[in-house]
Amino acid sequence: MTETLLSVQNLNAWFGMHQALKNIQIEFSPQTVTALIGPSGCGKSTFVRCLNRLHEEVPGAYATGKVILQGKNIYESSVDPVLIRRKVGMVFQKPNPFPSLSVFDNVVAGLKLAGIRRKSILMEVAERSLKQAALWEEVKNKLQQPGTSLSGGQQQRLCIARALAVEPPILLMDEPTSALDPISTAKIEELLAELKKTMTVIMVTHNMQQAARISDKTAFFLLGELVEFGQTSTLFTVPKEKKTEQYITGKFG
Amino acid sequence: MTSLRRQIGDFTRLRYRRRKALSGWMTFCLTVSACAAAGGLLGVFGYVVWKAVPHFSVSFFTGLPQPVGEPGGGMLNALLGSLFMVALGTGIGVPWGMAAGVYLSEYGRGRLAVWVRFAADMLSSVPSIVTGLFIYVLIVRPMHRFSGFAGALALSVILIPIVARNTEELLKLVPQHIREAGLALGIPRWRVILSIVLRGSRGGLTTGIILGVARISGETAPLLFTALNNRLLSLKWDQPMASLPVQIYTYAISPFEDWNVQAWVGAFVLVLFVFLLNTVTRWVMK
Repeated sequence: MTETLLSVQNLNAWFGMHQALKNIQIEFSPQTVTALIGPSGCGKSTFVRCLNRLHEEVPGAYATGKVILQGKNIYESSVDPVLIRRKVGMVFQKPNPFPSLSVFDNVVAGLKLAGIRRKSILMEVAERSLKQAALWEEVKNKLQQPGTSLSGGQQQRLCIARALAVEPPILLMDEPTSALDPISTAKIEELLAELKKTMTVIMVTHNMQQAARISDKTAFFLLGELVEFGQTSTLFTVPKEKKTEQYITGKFG
Repeated sequence: MTSLRRQIGDFTRLRYRRRKALSGWMTFCLTVSACAAAGGLLGVFGYVVWKAVPHFSVSFFTGLPQPVGEPGGGMLNALLGSLFMVALGTGIGVPWGMAAGVYLSEYGRGRLAVWVRFAADMLSSVPSIVTGLFIYVLIVRPMHRFSGFAGALALSVILIPIVARNTEELLKLVPQHIREAGLALGIPRWRVILSIVLRGSRGGLTTGIILGVARISGETAPLLFTALNNRLLSLKWDQPMASLPVQIYTYAISPFEDWNVQAWVGAFVLVLFVFLLNTVTRWVMK
């Protein structure tokens, strides 16, 4: 076991009266890809949204417990969620480029709206991020066109580039390929292998093959609880829990 | 079995014919209603043009009201007065209304928001003469004089709820996941609202504001108790001020033929202004 980048302790999350996560304990190491699997409604999305404190943006939603990022609990009352979110980036299920912003402005939104205005810096970051997201070649001649004019797969890579532009050490991905065709999906999976060299990726997926292909570790969630967490190769071949085995072999879910 | 199938076939054919006939009749009714609505506008516009155009002249825009019996003159004082009060009313009402709209859409939760929304709806249906009386009591009486400022304030009170509700409705159309995308980048909430949510709806926001401005440009009642009127050219904020609608009203009810004609020209200019405001913004927004 290597050092821990992000450690979750006794995390509980609620939507009003409904408890969506129960006592989650898990640790993430640097430069790994962790896949979160489990049936719909099991709390995977809620879990990643707790890691950048986006969960509490839903009216009536709140979380308790500790999420320790680089030695600091992000749920301490003195912590500003805005600063946490610069360290923990996120890519959503549906591509969501900002409407009425150009491709360029979408990529640098995180920097520009945080106050960085130097054109040369922004240009450099935009190019680097778009190259990282394997989108540069396709959009380098239409940086000033609206971000929403791109195809679905390109929009999703644009959203990845946008998240990468602020250089977060951790990237959360909530089913980033579920709305995409197989070719775009393959591109994003290739990307992940590259991204993992510099950052930690935590990805929700409904696609078991995808989890097996791309992740180092896999966590199986069921009914708001973390059932099993381990090396992907182990979890998919010799799961410890009966429920994990049933789920990955398609017996339920 | 076959006879049952035939019966069902006959029945569905009959139903089909009835449905087609009803659909045709309904489409006809809708078309007639639409034409009647558009016809009303055309009728008003056409009548004003017919009455006004023969008397239309440059002096209407450059001249001042003449004493009774002297022909000619114009409404420069009223044009400038209206421009002043509408501009000031817009300057006060738009930021205020937008701020309220942003509150309702982005921050407003619970009882206070429900109450504010209700108040905005009530305010937009208050008869405009009551708004005039309200400003009369609030501003005119303490100041001991009618003023252009009071007029502008009355107009802004009419504009605020229109802009607020329009802003709220438009911002609610921006999907929640767009806001979350902004927040997830570590952009502060106020920035997300300003640079992403509001910016994304600027087309609709501008259209809403223009419609509001067009509405207050034609308001007469709230100016009667506030700006009053002025036969002279005055743009002093604390003095009575002329306005196009009030001038039209005064001239239209007067017994003098010459003034009646000028009222028609004034009405024509007002309609033209609102028309241009609408078309130009639509064109600019594209």
